[in-house]
Amino acid sequence: MTTAESVISDEMRAAIGVEHAAGVMEIENTNCRMFARSVGHTDAIFYDEAAAKARGYRGIVAPPGFLGTPIFKPGSGAGAPGETGGRGFAVPYKRILNGGTDYEYFPDAPDGDVICAGDTITARTKIAGFEEASGSLGPMLITRRETTYTNQHGKVVAKMYGTLIQY
Amino acid sequence: MADQMYFEDVKEGQELAPIKISPDKSQLVKFAAGSGDFNPLHFDEKFPMLKAMGLSDNIVHGRFKYAQVGRLVFAFAGYKGRVKKFGVNYRGMDMPNKEITVGGVVTAKRQEGGENLVDLDVWAQDVDGKKTTPGTATVALPSKG
Repeated sequence: MTTAESVISDEMRAAIGVEHAAGVMEIENTNCRMFARSVGHTDAIFYDEAAAKARGYRGIVAPPGFLGTPIFKPGSGAGAPGETGGRGFAVPYKRILNGGTDYEYFPDAPDGDVICAGDTITARTKIAGFEEASGSLGPMLITRRETTYTNQHGKVVAKMYGTLIQY
Repeated sequence: MADQMYFEDVKEGQELAPIKISPDKSQLVKFAAGSGDFNPLHFDEKFPMLKAMGLSDNIVHGRFKYAQVGRLVFAFAGYKGRVKKFGVNYRGMDMPNKEITVGGVVTAKRQEGGENLVDLDVWAQDVDGKKTTPGTATVALPSKG
């Protein structure tokens, strides 16, 4: 990579660390069940409130990797937070790949509360950094994003570190 | 779910019970709906980007494999344990109707901030044994006290 070929503009550099408008994620019985089913979970705590409560949870448990469904408003163009969340930039690459997903959870130790149906989570995404690399796919732009998830009580319940590859 | 695992029971090098899956197209459609990822790459065989990538079939969502890793580590943590962190890199593609094995191994045990933490290497691998989706995870386990 040489500086002359860089696709990282001053505008992009200025956006690093700036939080994008917050999005609200609803976590409900139906979307937890739907996600659990789509993954193939067989544990009743992801489907049945009584079964979840019998195991000590407040309600149906949000399956691992599920942080709710963004509220969709037609025409708003608002996407989900995470790997593609927040602000995008025009770069001369046509193809996009998800490079990686990493969730960190902050339960109250050791067997404290976890994210359950009924929670409302505010997701704030920022760009953590840009990198350029050259590999078998040719030159690529790697965008790292960080999303912070705060619940209805103001507690940070999760952080997500996402990697997006454009080439 | 299997019996609760306790911190004292875990040894470095211990392998997690693997999950084997062969997601078909309908599973990917379910995941599109369940996750909200409607990228046609995962359900439309005629999507132009597939051809540009030299592929004739859809590819399995990276996030689907990630969720399987989540399923693996959640089962390991049990109801009294907590998943603290799990992350993967999407290094290779997986195709529908091909078996994917999701596995993990204990790499370290440590006590930190009053918690009994177990670090894991985790992965999804294809039928040729290639780890298309390697990563790491940390779970907190209960102690027998």
